[in-house]
Amino acid sequence: MSQVMTLTPKDYKSEVKPTWCPGCGDFGVLNAIYNSMAGMKLAPDQTVVVSGIGCSSRLPHFVQTFGFHSLHGRALPVAQGLKMARPDLTVVAVGGDGDLFSIGAGHLIHAALRNIDITVVAMDNETYGLTKGQTSPTSPTGHTTKSTPYGLLASQFNPIATALSLNVSFVARGFSSKPKELAALVEQGIKHKGFSFIHVLSPCPTFYNTMDVWKTTVTPIPADHDTRNRFKAMELSMETEKPFVGLFYQEERQTMDAAAHQLAQQTKPFDINTYMKRFT
Amino acid sequence: MENEVTIRIGGESGEGTISGGDILALAAARWGYHVYTFRTFPAEILGGPCMFQVRISDKPVKSMGDFADVLICLNKEAFDRNVSDLRRHGGVLIYDPSDFTPDAGDFITYPIPFNDLARKEVQLFQTKNMVMLGAISGLFGPPVEAIAQVVESKLSKSRKSNPILMEKNMLALEVAKKYVTEQLTKRDPHRLGAVEKADRVILNGNQAVVAGALASHVGFFAGYPITPASDIMEGLAKELPQVGGTFLQAEDEIAAITSVLGASFGGARSMTATSGPGFSLMSEALGFASMAEIPAVIVDAQRAGPSTGMPTKMEQSDLSFALSMSHGDTPRMVVAPANVADCYSLMVLAFNMAERYQMPVIFLTDQSLTARVESVDHSAFRPLEIEERIKFGQNGVNGHASAASNGHALSEEEHVFARYAYTASGVSPTTTPGAGAMTYVATGLEHDIYGHPNYEPEDHTAMMEKRFRKLATAAEELPKPQRYGDEDATIGIIGWGSTEGAIQEAVDSARAKGYRVASLHPKILSPLPDRAIREFIRSVQTVIIPECNYSGQLANLLGAKYGLQAIRVNKFGGIPFTAGEILRAIEEVS
Repeated sequence: MSQVMTLTPKDYKSEVKPTWCPGCGDFGVLNAIYNSMAGMKLAPDQTVVVSGIGCSSRLPHFVQTFGFHSLHGRALPVAQGLKMARPDLTVVAVGGDGDLFSIGAGHLIHAALRNIDITVVAMDNETYGLTKGQTSPTSPTGHTTKSTPYGLLASQFNPIATALSLNVSFVARGFSSKPKELAALVEQGIKHKGFSFIHVLSPCPTFYNTMDVWKTTVTPIPADHDTRNRFKAMELSMETEKPFVGLFYQEERQTMDAAAHQLAQQTKPFDINTYMKRFT
Repeated sequence: MENEVTIRIGGESGEGTISGGDILALAAARWGYHVYTFRTFPAEILGGPCMFQVRISDKPVKSMGDFADVLICLNKEAFDRNVSDLRRHGGVLIYDPSDFTPDAGDFITYPIPFNDLARKEVQLFQTKNMVMLGAISGLFGPPVEAIAQVVESKLSKSRKSNPILMEKNMLALEVAKKYVTEQLTKRDPHRLGAVEKADRVILNGNQAVVAGALASHVGFFAGYPITPASDIMEGLAKELPQVGGTFLQAEDEIAAITSVLGASFGGARSMTATSGPGFSLMSEALGFASMAEIPAVIVDAQRAGPSTGMPTKMEQSDLSFALSMSHGDTPRMVVAPANVADCYSLMVLAFNMAERYQMPVIFLTDQSLTARVESVDHSAFRPLEIEERIKFGQNGVNGHASAASNGHALSEEEHVFARYAYTASGVSPTTTPGAGAMTYVATGLEHDIYGHPNYEPEDHTAMMEKRFRKLATAAEELPKPQRYGDEDATIGIIGWGSTEGAIQEAVDSARAKGYRVASLHPKILSPLPDRAIREFIRSVQTVIIPECNYSGQLANLLGAKYGLQAIRVNKFGGIPFTAGEILRAIEEVS
């Protein structure tokens, strides 16, 4: 097999130029992804970046690996189907808060239960950027936008608490302005055998600029936090004024893709004549 | 009639009506007869009226039969619901006088105390359906031994199996046979004699779909439970691991189809199976598959709509939707099997079409076909050729970066390959992750030959033409429908889907009566076999289009496409056509 030796972050950069506004947090996330891939020397032709629809979901086009820029909300089922069929591949799903927590929120529950070995990088800017600034599930209550002219009347979605409550086996949060730490988390997430959920604070400078706020409020998870303690992790997740970044929780347990392939090991080539005997 | 009888059993769901019928059909088939079953189900799990009909003949049978020759009523309601389908003048009516006494009319009646025989003679009321089978055996055949063998093989696989139950079942068969032989005088002509045994298999449409998928080397299935398609999911859940494949019960039909697309992108031959409501949910993803040119097979086991409709009833009302679902101009292929054998062979074809043309293929069965059991020549289930998608670098069919496959390192330009290269056929060579160093991004955005987003008018125009060119290519390459009946017919019938058998039997009967009739039954409905349909229409004076739907969906299509003014025969009560209904339509236009 011909193989391109891709060792530096630059080698994961595709010829398609990002479509994001200047100052978009997603640039930081993209760089963290390049860096983590280079750090792990992931073979580009054995890596697939899957996304849905949204500003952040354009990301696969900018990465020189396989990519699957799917439908709005459907990054997780696409990624899971792919990993079930091809457990040998590295599968990373990326998307925004609208994609993963609104239209595609239902899939999160089942991805968590199956614990299929994929890594999700959820770029959260608390707004709908691609459609020009409507409210999102992660927008704060009272948030005034063109779709909430009288202020948002709903509660704010808590991605980390949700992931923990679903017993996701790897739960972390990063910040796009801390790309080094984020790259380390992405790398850890990819290495984790199971469903890895990385919530990334990634501001939108155009429609809801939270950059300055997050720069002052983001707080590293205390060094003594026990990442096997889900209750403690849940407590940390409840802190929304000073969002914690780092690894909240990690647990190794059976993944559905590995278990399914274990089942499929005693494989015999299919023979229709033998199969049809049951119908005689 | 000698060696042909249609028996209907009407009863309450849960009291063994269906399982008794199943045993009868299997016993007759194993004894050497052709069988064809038709059943109704209540939508609820427990209770509700149901019926099972089996047509048994020493000659091949293509439809469920116009009437029941024999009606067995396990209660009064079964009589009220089914008596209108019992043959006038000489139909046989069997009932338990402790349940009710029917107004016999023109029928031959055999009162048999099923309840008493089960309760007092066998002393186990659950054997009532065995008592019924013993009576059928004694009156018409097949022999009790043939039935006993089936019961034994079924019970041996059952968790309820125990020696006492087996003994009681056998006793029930014997008691009933004895009763009808000694207490009744046979006044009907129906008798199934011994016939030569043949190498046949006995199965329903859903089982044949599963066999076809496995023979197609399906590598991944994802689905969500829905009547009447769940059997396919359950069958593949069991079988896939044994052939190295994987299975996913998805959280909804959107997840089912999109995970199928993910798996197919990874190179696995992938499919899902659903019915109306789930099929509707798959619209958007079907468009994606068409746009990103990802192979997938989607089985839609049609049921009566709209909306939740009648989940356990038959209808052919998803054709228009299957042909047009998803926004935008979206090429897709549609295959409609006509019988159980087709569910196997056309499933293999559907997979080959999906892979060859890199397009979603919709496989339109329907509720009656999913559940009906047919005896089919074993040879219909032979190994069939499997086609794979054309890979980049294979057979010299390359896009731009042909050097990539020759094993040497790729330059920066080469390792982006022209995934969507323009070709004469419209089909671009593709690749899968891990097959080489070339990568690409599948996207639902309009894209250039490299898969990069592109909104230029020239690009969109050329890509649209390329995608649709695949349909034109397929129309040339795919098998054509064969005319059935008279070469010099004046009346032509065009049908689709599971009605073929009834149509062909009607054509046979009409010809026997001196009418000049022929039928055409296209099994690929996208791309339509243009030439075959035009020639057929031109060759006859009148075209009848029978469909089990309200709006005449095939008639609308052929009207729009060929200007055809057909005579529409529509049935939409949830029950398939009988041959007699189509024969009447032929007689009316003559």
